Amino acid sequence: MTPALNLRTIAIVALLAALLLLPVYSELVGNRFVLTLFTRIVILALAAVSLNLILGYGGMMSFGHAAYLGIGGYAVGMLAHEGIFSGFVQWPAALAASALFALVIGALSLRTRGVYFIMITLAFAQMAYYVCAGLARYGGDDGLTIYKRSEFVAPINLSNKVQFYYLCLALLLAAIYLVWRIVNSRFGLVIQGARSNDTRMGAIGFPTYRYKLVCFVIAGTLCGLAGALLANHTDFVSPATMYWTRSGDLIIMVVLGGMASPFGPLIGTVALLLLEEVLSGITEYWQIILGPLLLLVVLFARGGIDGLLKQLMAKVRS
Amino acid sequence: MTLFIEQCLNGLQFGLLLFLLAAGLTLVFGIMDLVNLAHGSLYMIGAYFAATFAAWTGSFVLGAVLALAATLMVGMAVEVIAMRRLYGRDHLDHVLGTFGLILFFDESVRLIWGPEGMSLPLPSWLNTSVEILPGVQYSSYRLAIIVITLAVAAFLYGLVMRTRIGMLIRAGASNREMVGALGVNIKLLYTLVFGLGAALAGLAGLMQAPILTVQIGMGENILILAFVITVIGGIGSIRGALVAALLVGFIDTVGRSYLPDLLRLVLTPNAAATAAPALSSMLIYLLMAIVLVVKPEGLFSAGGK
Repeated sequence: MTPALNLRTIAIVALLAALLLLPVYSELVGNRFVLTLFTRIVILALAAVSLNLILGYGGMMSFGHAAYLGIGGYAVGMLAHEGIFSGFVQWPAALAASALFALVIGALSLRTRGVYFIMITLAFAQMAYYVCAGLARYGGDDGLTIYKRSEFVAPINLSNKVQFYYLCLALLLAAIYLVWRIVNSRFGLVIQGARSNDTRMGAIGFPTYRYKLVCFVIAGTLCGLAGALLANHTDFVSPATMYWTRSGDLIIMVVLGGMASPFGPLIGTVALLLLEEVLSGITEYWQIILGPLLLLVVLFARGGIDGLLKQLMAKVRS
Repeated sequence: MTLFIEQCLNGLQFGLLLFLLAAGLTLVFGIMDLVNLAHGSLYMIGAYFAATFAAWTGSFVLGAVLALAATLMVGMAVEVIAMRRLYGRDHLDHVLGTFGLILFFDESVRLIWGPEGMSLPLPSWLNTSVEILPGVQYSSYRLAIIVITLAVAAFLYGLVMRTRIGMLIRAGASNREMVGALGVNIKLLYTLVFGLGAALAGLAGLMQAPILTVQIGMGENILILAFVITVIGGIGSIRGALVAALLVGFIDTVGRSYLPDLLRLVLTPNAAATAAPALSSMLIYLLMAIVLVVKPEGLFSAGGK
């Protein structure tokens, strides 16, 4: 098979081209909504890419990944609320806060595995949700409106929608590249080895706990970046950003696209959010369709869309 | 002092209620190795059924009994239609599949009952208070909840430890294939256990309904608490679930009412008022973190899992 020209590569290249040209389309047709929707898709895809690093490659089933979206967002929102608008302060603060949270949560939850890990990450994320809902100074339950987007040096202006979209897209592509580099490094191979057999990796001398913790922190930090972007995109941050169903959505994006596949999370995010748009256009009660659909994907299409593409390729070749 | 006794009893009542949920969750996990996120949906359905049936029949007790039976049926139907296909799969599959079920249930409830939520009024004979100690009044309904849940806990203990079905349940928890190989109808057993778990969740939901409002999403918040309890108590252990549920119920209730006062002793009133709501909601998670550090497998782990 020629790796340069197969169905899967074509699909990914087409998707990337569509994402690159989207603002042009939006300008030509005068449809601002498409640009807003896709900015959201790109940001959530960044979060899904970070989740894929621990879920897909590391086998760590974190059900609390949305917490970092909220923490990154709240870091931006709180600083803006206190009158600090510089992105050079806000964004590093968002990354640092997410990294710290990931470090504490990871250090505790990685002591366990399997179903415990799912429940514990879920519970800690929910704790973050309740803590933010209790912050009366920063809006509590109602959330916090951000009146001014993060400020950077002159040519960069986040209030320009097209520019903001391209910034998000660039960061997404950089994150995909970063994750790809990580998983193919020695570090990444240890992580993947620990996913297959933790005990054996330990037996040949790798302190897997430490490796996994570092991986967990990297993923949390990346997702914190997505949170900072999301807060800038919606000019608003609320506890609902990190409600546990959002963590569920992120897992769906990763699994729907294809776990442990570099572009899988992006494909999954595009698919899920477009599906939501289409279904909510058909009926107000669209989740009644989405729910069983998810169950069917779990039962019959384990590899996600990327897996289906691979299967299709195998059929074409044979 | 009176308030303190009342808060302790409230904590006990809430803890016992949480036990009903956690017991179902841990039973299903211990035997079928299934992570069921939709457990909270069954709690919600139980409450909605109770509100509806009580309005139809005009009797609270009759409505509750009918709701319990209906939730049991829904639980068994869910097991036969969906859950059965998830056994033996990866835990991630369970999480995703049952997450899909939550979306389905929430939206179905919105479709059938509307988004407003309902209320389940108490009959006048329960809506009173009794004198439990000289000079201490307590809501008779909350007292009734305590009595009923204690009875259910005793029933569960008897069922699991003293009957043939309980023996099969315990055997199934320690070695599924072997029980199947010995000719036990494992499919039927699973359906029964899942139905039992659903009925327990439904019972918790319908008993909580008159205290809180019946609304969409009510099951999801309490589900997280049930998870915390199973983690603290050790997955698969009913005894652990009971101890952990009482701990969590007590700490949550008493913490919420006394933490602001305690904080005022060390902080300025203003700072205490700000920190108290955030801190008191963290308490049970801190408890979980401490248990994890000391005993990662939970206080009463069922062993080998």
